Amino acid sequence: MTVAVSAGAGREAPAAPRHRSLRSRKKREAALAYLFILPALLIFSVFVFYPFLRNFKLALYENPPYPNLPSHYVGLHQAATVLSSSAFLQSLLSTILFVLMVVPTGLFLGLALAVAAHRKLQGIAIYRVIFSSTVVSSVAVAALVFGTLMNPVVGLLPWLGINPTPSILQNPTWALPAVALMTVWQFLGLSFIIMSAGLQSVPDDLLEAARIDGASAWTRFWRITVPMLSPTLFFGVVVGTIYAFQSFGQIDILIGPSNAAGVHANVLIYYIYESLQIDNNAGQAAVLSIVLFVITLSLTLVQMRYLERRVTYAR
Amino acid sequence: MHADATALAPTSRHSAATEAASRRDRRHRRIRKVISYLLLSVGAVVILFPIYIAIVNSLLAPSQIAHQPPPFFPTHPMWSTYPTAWNEGHLGLYLRNSAIMTAIIVVGQVVTAILAAYAFAFLSFPFRKTLFIVFLSTLMIPFEVTLITNLDTVTRLGWYNTFQGLTVPFLATGFGTFLLRQSFLQIPKDLSEAATLDGYGHWRFMTRVAVPLARPAVAAVAVFSFLASWNNYLWPLVVTGDNNNVRTVQIGLKLLANTEVQNINVTLAGTIIAIVPLVILLLVFQKQLVRGLTAGAVK
Repeated sequence: MTVAVSAGAGREAPAAPRHRSLRSRKKREAALAYLFILPALLIFSVFVFYPFLRNFKLALYENPPYPNLPSHYVGLHQAATVLSSSAFLQSLLSTILFVLMVVPTGLFLGLALAVAAHRKLQGIAIYRVIFSSTVVSSVAVAALVFGTLMNPVVGLLPWLGINPTPSILQNPTWALPAVALMTVWQFLGLSFIIMSAGLQSVPDDLLEAARIDGASAWTRFWRITVPMLSPTLFFGVVVGTIYAFQSFGQIDILIGPSNAAGVHANVLIYYIYESLQIDNNAGQAAVLSIVLFVITLSLTLVQMRYLERRVTYAR
Repeated sequence: MHADATALAPTSRHSAATEAASRRDRRHRRIRKVISYLLLSVGAVVILFPIYIAIVNSLLAPSQIAHQPPPFFPTHPMWSTYPTAWNEGHLGLYLRNSAIMTAIIVVGQVVTAILAAYAFAFLSFPFRKTLFIVFLSTLMIPFEVTLITNLDTVTRLGWYNTFQGLTVPFLATGFGTFLLRQSFLQIPKDLSEAATLDGYGHWRFMTRVAVPLARPAVAAVAVFSFLASWNNYLWPLVVTGDNNNVRTVQIGLKLLANTEVQNINVTLAGTIIAIVPLVILLLVFQKQLVRGLTAGAVK
């Protein structure tokens, strides 16, 4: 205490220099702050904001049918053509179907596993590791493993008598659900981790009180756990949707560019990749990128609101 | 158990009734326990089944693979598929490349995020709020949306087929910066004031006090970024062409599958090899992993 006081008194003595030194200290602090922010800001400017904004320009220019010719300005004409094309509508529909197949299933199974693993039992840690394990499986690994399971010759399907023609991954009806099944498996680990974290926030004494009052396990689950878990479920829906939206590798490996559109597995991100890499059509890819942005923007805004809330109240 | 029963035996009728009730209760509990284990085991089997089948098939001779009914156990395991996958798939090289790429990205993201988060949490400067919103806004732009121009930029910089091309676009993280700033804000003001009195500059305070105190958050950011970059598929696919020396293991697996169409056992052996590093990571860093992945969740 005395040290602080004496230090303060010592500083106060020469009035004018103190003022200047405070200002210069502030300046130095600001300079240091900008220096600290600069590296990240530089990366963001070059590799996030600039490419993002350039989409809006690219979308206005049509690429020539042959490379190395200049692209020419067509205004919104290109966007209108792309957005009303049946290929785009098919891609959008596939994307939505894919999300609907992956997210509810993945979250429900994740919740079921989390509830099962929530009890204090011997050896439960091993089960928890197993249930969360698919979170580390990369998309290439998962795709190759499931490619084997769904192989028309090698795998289990012929043995089980499931053998549609054309084979599952080349079948317009089954290709997308098959890819979705693989994605659910891969998403299960993350889903389990999220749901387990949520379950820990449901107070045990509340469940115990309900049990003593005679509420059955079923009632307790639906009337206490699920409502208490609703923020987690909501977070899971947002994360799962973004996860499903970004599925790319499994389609590239299991189905491939030559087949994706034919079997209705041409989800939006894959369509962007094809437009850019296979068709060399940057203009079309830019239009599709903007659509992808608009969709994820709405999802992320919702998620941010919840992040904000957590920041304000938790811990 | 035995001691329990004999101790309770010679008592009044009332306690005999409670004893029966408690015995019934115990039996109920035991049944519930068995059911729990049963459900847990079913879950575990379903989750591990695809990997198990992959391991079995990786050890089968080509003649056995298409056998019906399919073998569920490798009676004559053919271990040679593993060295074949390792050598012909260049997996050693690709794993090394993935490790280099991931290390650069993890270190880069952690460093840039610590610096920026420190500025946002401890320093005052004009436009602090605006700049923070600018950082947060990067969370709203998925990488795929920037793909077209990033490929252009990297090619024009001469970084196609290089580690710079693989890593530089990922050297900053809005999410990580956000997470670390939150963690820094938890550090009591008194502590930074005391450090200032002790003559600590910002650099010393950051490296000696702030970062050590925020270690859990730093670990979460690191693990999160490790997982994302190790498993990244789209960017390595478009930015590495025919150069073996920078190709990552994810793309290597795809190529292995394409070249070994006839030898699915070799492809699967390669797949199993590629899993090993991440399984080790899962076992060692489980806590940090869970924290990193649930950092955004509402608690």
